[in-house]
Amino acid sequence: MCGIVGLFLKDSSLEPDLGRMLSEMLVTMTDRGPDSAGIAIYGQNSEKPYKITLQSSQPDMDFDRLASLVESELGQTPQVLRKDSHAVFGFDQDCLDPLRSLVQAEFPCVTIMSRGESIEIFKEVGLPEKVAQRFDVAQMSGTHGIGHTRMATESAVTTNGAHPFSTGSDQCLVHNGSLSNHNNLRRVLKKQGIEFETENDSEVAAAYLTWQMQNGANLGEALEAGLDDLDGFYTFVVGTKDGFGVLRDPIACKPAVLAETDQYVAFGSEYRALVNLPGIESAKVWEPEPATVYFWER
Amino acid sequence: MQTIDLNAQNLRELNATLQAQASADTPEASWEVLNPKGSHALAVGLDAPIDVTVLGSTGYYCAGMNKQANITVKGSAGPGVAENMMSGTVVIEGDASQYAGATGHGGLLVIKGNASSRCGISMKGIDIVVHGNIGHMSAFMAQKGNLVVLGDAGDALGDSLYEARLFVRGEVKSLGADCEEKEMRPEHLELLADLLERAGADAKPEEFRRYGSARTLYNFDIDNASAY
Repeated sequence: MCGIVGLFLKDSSLEPDLGRMLSEMLVTMTDRGPDSAGIAIYGQNSEKPYKITLQSSQPDMDFDRLASLVESELGQTPQVLRKDSHAVFGFDQDCLDPLRSLVQAEFPCVTIMSRGESIEIFKEVGLPEKVAQRFDVAQMSGTHGIGHTRMATESAVTTNGAHPFSTGSDQCLVHNGSLSNHNNLRRVLKKQGIEFETENDSEVAAAYLTWQMQNGANLGEALEAGLDDLDGFYTFVVGTKDGFGVLRDPIACKPAVLAETDQYVAFGSEYRALVNLPGIESAKVWEPEPATVYFWER
Repeated sequence: MQTIDLNAQNLRELNATLQAQASADTPEASWEVLNPKGSHALAVGLDAPIDVTVLGSTGYYCAGMNKQANITVKGSAGPGVAENMMSGTVVIEGDASQYAGATGHGGLLVIKGNASSRCGISMKGIDIVVHGNIGHMSAFMAQKGNLVVLGDAGDALGDSLYEARLFVRGEVKSLGADCEEKEMRPEHLELLADLLERAGADAKPEEFRRYGSARTLYNFDIDNASAY
């Protein structure tokens, strides 16, 4: 199964409530997947213009020590916002590559979850309610966000196997379904220089879209190309810095409901996830068509 | 009229109360359900001639296995609405998600909006009237009963069809294997007129085309031996 929720705000007055609305939606979907949960929030919760979200498999990880190492080795002073097993490092400029090298050499327990100007990703093994509490998602503001609760099929139940997957700056993807050509596509993408963290099928879909967008496609064009190249069952919800997209495979077994008002676009694996949104009674609510790209950009 | 508010009572209590009408000496004739909020398996397994009106949208498997009851959803329904219905009437005022009326043996399912994919899959005697459009693979392996669509049908309508009758007023994107257009005879117009009237549909039987099984898959064809 797996449960997906997503919220793309058009009305900025709702932005302070994004984290609360999204985590409530995700908790409603708990019985679609109890293995792990994750959330991607696009917002300005840091004073610095560039953010990297890090996760440690060691609970006693000293992120401050990593920060001072970053200062001495990279000459950048990060603003560190620790949240449970994760920490958001704010920087004045993009320093992904040197940070990755530093982390790989000195802190093998640390994984880079996301990077970009706006995105932060928090994900862990456990039920959505617990995961949302650990990272205090309800307090987060933002412009759009995506959540996922996982029932694992294609790879192990681990933090890194949880969704969302982020394979490019300010990009993320969540997936309900299973891909059948992910091994071959991973090989093809590796030859193009794309790096992978897991054996998970959904990460391949995320990387595929990243690769398409690196080659000049916008989100809509990348999703359109995915219809030809991604084989299997899927409902995807995808985020970029300014965009929000939905795509279902041509068979469309995996459920999906979209709702749109003047204030927001909302996605739920089921209508249940949307029932407490403001104005849902008068929203346009529909089931996205198979093999049809839906995307919104601001 | 009895009212059950799902903000105050849980789903199991609702279903147990409605199911108990089957053995009640004097069943309560009319029920109203408030705040369904997309709940699963709402008003399932009923077996009494009662009216149930659900005010709002429902999740998976609403009105499943229905016998005798008349169930109206004043909203949209999730996947598998009226699955395996035996008799009675189910009316969805909004849209229905995938496999509406799947495997239904009898009764009437009316969808006033659109139905998505696999509507009437493996139907076994149910009548389904959709005022809007239906999605792909509808009436797949449908065995008996009637599927009436006032709008358009998606890809592969009636694939591997048995003896169900399909009537479509709009466009059919494509027919599935062994499904073909058939002659509309007077008895079909009569049947259609009755179904349209019972479903409150404003359409004339003459505007529809009929589709059915070409019956070429019923028996083994020696020319296909190499495919096995």
